[in-house]
Amino acid sequence: MLMYFTIAAIVLVFVVIFQIAKASEYVSVLKGEEKARKQNNKINGFLMIAFLFLGLIGVYYCHHILGGRVLGESASKEGEKVDEMLHITLIITGIVFLVTQILLFTFAYKFQEKENRKPFYFPHNNTMEIIWTVIPAIVLSVLVVIGLRNWFIFTGDAPKNSLVVEVTGRQFGWIFRYPGRDKEFGKRYFRNIDPSTNSLGLVWADNKEFNQQADPAAFDDIVQEQTMYVIKNRPVKLIIGSRDVIHDVGLPHFRMKMDAVPGIPTTLWFTPKFTTAEMKEKTGNANFQYEIACDQVCGNGHYSMKGVIEVVEKEEYDAWMAKQKPYYYSAFPEKDPSAAPTATPSKLDSAAPAKTAGLVSGAGSNLSKLK
Amino acid sequence: MSNDQTLHLETSQVIAHDTHHHDHGDHHQSFISKYIFSQDHKMIAKQFLVTGMVWAVLGGLMSVLFRIQLAYPDSNFPFLETLLGKWAKGGHISADAYYALVTTHGTVMVFFVLTAGLSGTFSNFLIPLQVGARDMASPFMNMLSYWFFVISGLIMLSSLFVETGPFSGGWTAYPPLSALGAASPGSKSGMDLWLVSMALFVVSQLLGGLNYIATILNMRTKGMSMTRLPLPIWAFFFTAVLGVLSFPVLLSGFILLIFDRNFGTSFYLSDIFINGVGALPNEGGSAILYQHLFWFLGHPEVYIIILPGMGIVSEVLSTNSRKPIFGYMAMVGSMFAIAVLAFLVWAHHMFVSGLNPFLGSFFVLLTLLIAVPSAIKVFNWLTTLWRGNIRFTPGMLYSIGFVSMFISGGLTGIWLGNSALDIHLHDTYFIIAHFHIVMGVAGIFGMYAGIYHWFPKMFGRYMNNTLAYIHFWITLPCAYLIFWPMHYEGLAGMPRRYYDYTNWESFKMFAGLNLFISIVVIIVFAVQLLFLFNFFYSIFKGRRVTSQNPWNSTTLEWTTPINPGHGNWTGEIPEVYRWPYDYSKEGKDFIPQTTPVSEEELVKH
Repeated sequence: MLMYFTIAAIVLVFVVIFQIAKASEYVSVLKGEEKARKQNNKINGFLMIAFLFLGLIGVYYCHHILGGRVLGESASKEGEKVDEMLHITLIITGIVFLVTQILLFTFAYKFQEKENRKPFYFPHNNTMEIIWTVIPAIVLSVLVVIGLRNWFIFTGDAPKNSLVVEVTGRQFGWIFRYPGRDKEFGKRYFRNIDPSTNSLGLVWADNKEFNQQADPAAFDDIVQEQTMYVIKNRPVKLIIGSRDVIHDVGLPHFRMKMDAVPGIPTTLWFTPKFTTAEMKEKTGNANFQYEIACDQVCGNGHYSMKGVIEVVEKEEYDAWMAKQKPYYYSAFPEKDPSAAPTATPSKLDSAAPAKTAGLVSGAGSNLSKLK
Repeated sequence: MSNDQTLHLETSQVIAHDTHHHDHGDHHQSFISKYIFSQDHKMIAKQFLVTGMVWAVLGGLMSVLFRIQLAYPDSNFPFLETLLGKWAKGGHISADAYYALVTTHGTVMVFFVLTAGLSGTFSNFLIPLQVGARDMASPFMNMLSYWFFVISGLIMLSSLFVETGPFSGGWTAYPPLSALGAASPGSKSGMDLWLVSMALFVVSQLLGGLNYIATILNMRTKGMSMTRLPLPIWAFFFTAVLGVLSFPVLLSGFILLIFDRNFGTSFYLSDIFINGVGALPNEGGSAILYQHLFWFLGHPEVYIIILPGMGIVSEVLSTNSRKPIFGYMAMVGSMFAIAVLAFLVWAHHMFVSGLNPFLGSFFVLLTLLIAVPSAIKVFNWLTTLWRGNIRFTPGMLYSIGFVSMFISGGLTGIWLGNSALDIHLHDTYFIIAHFHIVMGVAGIFGMYAGIYHWFPKMFGRYMNNTLAYIHFWITLPCAYLIFWPMHYEGLAGMPRRYYDYTNWESFKMFAGLNLFISIVVIIVFAVQLLFLFNFFYSIFKGRRVTSQNPWNSTTLEWTTPINPGHGNWTGEIPEVYRWPYDYSKEGKDFIPQTTPVSEEELVKH
């Protein structure tokens, strides 16, 4: 019912506006079109300057209420450079914005049609043209230099001491892999993928058809879903890939982003500055999380493709890592020497091996026996 | 057009010249050959315009629907189920429908409205009229161009009604998502229709573009040298060249995609495992190859959209400031620079795609370089206004609005073109704000400027001024209210193309803002309907134009009869003696291009 009222109201408003518009057309014909035009011109001229004035207030007000919501301080060291560049660019483009918009609307207001005004025949002036070619060129060169210097830092080699984590996107979630005790990622091949036991297709077995041999480095790799742990103040290098379509590792708090492309590995590195706990305090939000947002449309669940990064102190990380079990043993619990007595063969089709791996406590003490 | 046909038209128009336009030279034209399969460039232009408007309404309505979802992610509206059926069960738009709406909105607005609707309309209408030709080089090809566009549109429309829904992977259609039906329901038959539709659209663009280029180069009237062309013609020329050189590349990209989808090739596919299907046989393809092919058109495409607007605005600003356009040659030169650079910046859409960062750095340089010719244009427009005698016709208001929008959106391009900032801002609402302001709103403002300015020439009547003023003064502030706050969402990293933000700790604080933006969207959409009403009402009931040259303009189209027939001029095509911007020269308000240069002028220069 409400809808019909709304439609009726809208139609009514339309009719009223239309009648007014028509009436004003008749009035202008009666008054003489020239006179009516001049009157309209004055109104529009005034609206031009009013729009400028209200618009500038609006820009200020918008910044006043939204300026504080743009994530605050960068949570990565490299992100500081992004923020610094944002500020420089904001100042430069802000000045140009203000000057040109003010000129545009004040010219429109000031030079509105007047009886006795003689427009100035001014077809060209080479000096002026050269000035506003050269100045933008110089300013832009400065921005290019700053930008490329940062760009080569961001995309350059990660520091040697980086923690390396492999991130793989899938519809619709993230899979993280740590190299395990041997600090080396085992080989993977997408035809080995089994969503329930081998989500990344690690090469655990010989296969003549694929011409592959089991890779010893693959047996101790640790696989996590949902949450990735990294260490405060230690650079982290992400090796990014995708299992199906293109995704994107979007890290707004760290000011970084990189696509995950099937078949083409990409990399990204940054240095987290604050632990998650510190950020909770800084933002005053007890639910704060470093979220990984998928930034490349990847299907109808795109909006739900969320991952979490937990930034922790070194000790906490070590304690967490000690509790992790190689993915191979979550997939084949009967092969796990530490859990052999309790494991049952039916666990083979366990749906979420990575999660159960995280829950098994005390596994760390047995890690030394594994290899 | 053959000579005797021309003569025939001329004689019949001389007789019918000052009477009602139905009497014009159409005694042998049936309704079908006049209004449907017309070969008259003016009628084809109107066909492009009206078809573009239909698509604009559909595309705009889609944006209203998905903005409702963003505004009220948790509410149900029964009318949505009435409208969308299974796509909005219980009155709540499904994720499938949301992505389909977003994708179709983008495709339709970019290609059907801002390419065909804008450049198709005004290239067709103005090129023969302003260069002094009786019609296009090939009126038949011109007609085909329109009908390919119609067929392309009908196929796109039909894709909305297939069971698995229209394509829903974003207007850029990146594979593997767009290549694999198993990855998304929209990539099933909806995507086949999308590809066929776009392929036909490319055909339409090529037929049109080649015609525009041929007409501009070969069919200018006596005395109309290239440097005497009005700026819209230069703009249409560069637009057509861009389209002819880049649309085939897009088509090649689509053909490879069709092969990957249907014939088992692996141009774009490699190492893919799809849940529920398993590992795919494809190996060795590159998903990034498609992005190169797509953006090789995709970037020139944004200039294909904005250049006609620039040309139209230059003309309207000059006419209504009663001043010559400042720096004519610089304007042409900067358009040329933009056209060349347009081909050299495509990879700035791919900074974070896994592109070699070293290669990316060249694209940073070239991208920021393109800001220079854009800056020249803005300063030249400002100087054109300076010390003018400005008449605020509706066309003039929209031209000023265009410049304002072009500045605002162009400046954020400097942010995004710098790869080290793009690494934070890429695919967030910042980019949405940027391209909607600089390409969407500015493009549509250029279109409105053109419609209001040339409506009297198109239909021999005026549009209602009061409605036009209301239309402008609501649309301009609302455009800023919608897109300005989106910059802040983007700076906060809020990703685009999300159906629902409520589960995101980092982005849910913008729920109130999203609601505000959606309300403004609905208002602005309603006001555009007011414009449409004004447009169609005025075609039939508008105030009649009584003078041949209502804006006191210098260009050739205002030397034709008020309602020109097929062939445009009743007698000889007039000869041109001067450039098109002699306003307020030598104490005269304006000197038409057809007026020979006087003795005094010769002495002075």
